[in-house]
Amino acid sequence: MNNQPKISLKGVRKSFGSKLVLDSINLDIATGESMVIIGGSGSGKSVMLKCILGLLKPDSGSIKVDGAEILGQSLSDQKKMLSQFGMLFQGGALFDSLSVWENVAFGMLAENKISRRQAPEFAIEKLRRVGLASDVAFLSPAELSGGMQKRVGLARAIAHEPKVIFFDEPTTGLDPIMADVINELIVECVKEMGATALTITHDMSSVRKIADKAAMIYKGNIIWTGDKEEIDHCGNPYVEQFINGRAEGPIQMEILKS
Amino acid sequence: MNFLAAIGRSFFSFLEAAGKIGIFTLLAIRHILTPPYYFRSLFHQMMVIGYYSLPVVGLTTLFTGAALAVNIYEGGSRFNAESALPSIVMIGMVRELGPVLCGLIVAGRVSASMAAELGTMRVTEQIDALTTLSTDPMKYLVAPRILATVIMMPFMLVLVADIVGVLGGYLIATAKLGFNSGNYLTSSIGFLEAIDVAASMTKAAVFGFFIALMGCYHGYNSKGGAQGVGVSTTNAVVSACILILISNYVVTEIFFAV
Repeated sequence: MNNQPKISLKGVRKSFGSKLVLDSINLDIATGESMVIIGGSGSGKSVMLKCILGLLKPDSGSIKVDGAEILGQSLSDQKKMLSQFGMLFQGGALFDSLSVWENVAFGMLAENKISRRQAPEFAIEKLRRVGLASDVAFLSPAELSGGMQKRVGLARAIAHEPKVIFFDEPTTGLDPIMADVINELIVECVKEMGATALTITHDMSSVRKIADKAAMIYKGNIIWTGDKEEIDHCGNPYVEQFINGRAEGPIQMEILKS
Repeated sequence: MNFLAAIGRSFFSFLEAAGKIGIFTLLAIRHILTPPYYFRSLFHQMMVIGYYSLPVVGLTTLFTGAALAVNIYEGGSRFNAESALPSIVMIGMVRELGPVLCGLIVAGRVSASMAAELGTMRVTEQIDALTTLSTDPMKYLVAPRILATVIMMPFMLVLVADIVGVLGGYLIATAKLGFNSGNYLTSSIGFLEAIDVAASMTKAAVFGFFIALMGCYHGYNSKGGAQGVGVSTTNAVVSACILILISNYVVTEIFFAV
């Protein structure tokens, strides 16, 4: 293993109009590591993820994948980079005009790595890996429950065996048991493929299950990074307030009090 | 002073919107012309836009043709010009009413549904998901929709609108106004020139382009949740209708100005 981080962010800054969302993000993610980023709603977690994926352009800073700068890269380079990424979206983001198997095989079909005839079988295999029966493949996404949609989303994200997988709030909106099922699936899939994972969440049970390392984002800055084991006694008042879920502390929610 | 500032602001936002639409248009055209092509999606859109719009387009123009015949008969009888009815219905329908009515109806039906569909895909992150699955959303979503509308408007919808509109006039003229069926047909067909049909189909293609462009542009750039999608749907239909009416005058001027 070399010491070059898989993904490296330096001074990434992004604002929408006058609203500063990412101030100066510095973060290194090592190859094969599972990094979990925690932070409150509106702290800039999703925006950071979208900057790495190239869906949003940061105002300044540098983002490197395998040591190569991705900001300002050509479209074909971006496409090449994205083909080694997988992403599980918060709401699943399944294409509702397509059936489940078309969703799961979408990336592989788009890259012409499998034929349309092979696709249903391929999708069923991937669905089995996330614990779904083969008959699910021929339903439409609207017919599935929230937990099943998340699992189909996971199957789609891992279908092309990506080297890096992003998880955007994988357990939001699920009951605690289904959340745990999803967490375990994520751990299994990531370990099995040896992939690098970056998860953003505000669910502490996810952190404890998935993470190798954790980081906390607050007001557009990474204010703490460390191993998962350290998180409970890191001595950082912001982190402690967050993981214990207290309304009192250094983090003040912007609520008008009468 | 504030009044002037308001004028300036709205002028700048107009320029900004015009620029954005211009860039979107150029991008869309480039994606229509360059591979990969999504034929499956193109045929699906042609079916949805063309075939399924036939009933409403046919109904609208049938009754308009009938009303036109009644009006012209009554108006013409004031200076003994009833016999001009077949040719006026033909010219009015083919040059003007067929394409414009068809355009407005299809704008209501197709622009709205494109804006709502793409808008929902935008706010549920499905468009982002496409990018992460090695698929360019402009190519996969926008290009087939625009191309399908530009093909189906002249070669199916307006053709049918013209024919059914003339048929509406013919039915009323022969059944109620005492025209001889053979004479009616000879005099209306004899009056029709190739340039009338060419103008009709040119209008149809231009209208089709604006219908799909506005639907896609407003949907693609939707913001916020359900309300944002609602706003972009309204904007799509209104802007498509305005562009149809303006371009109708321009094309008429190009074809028939003396």
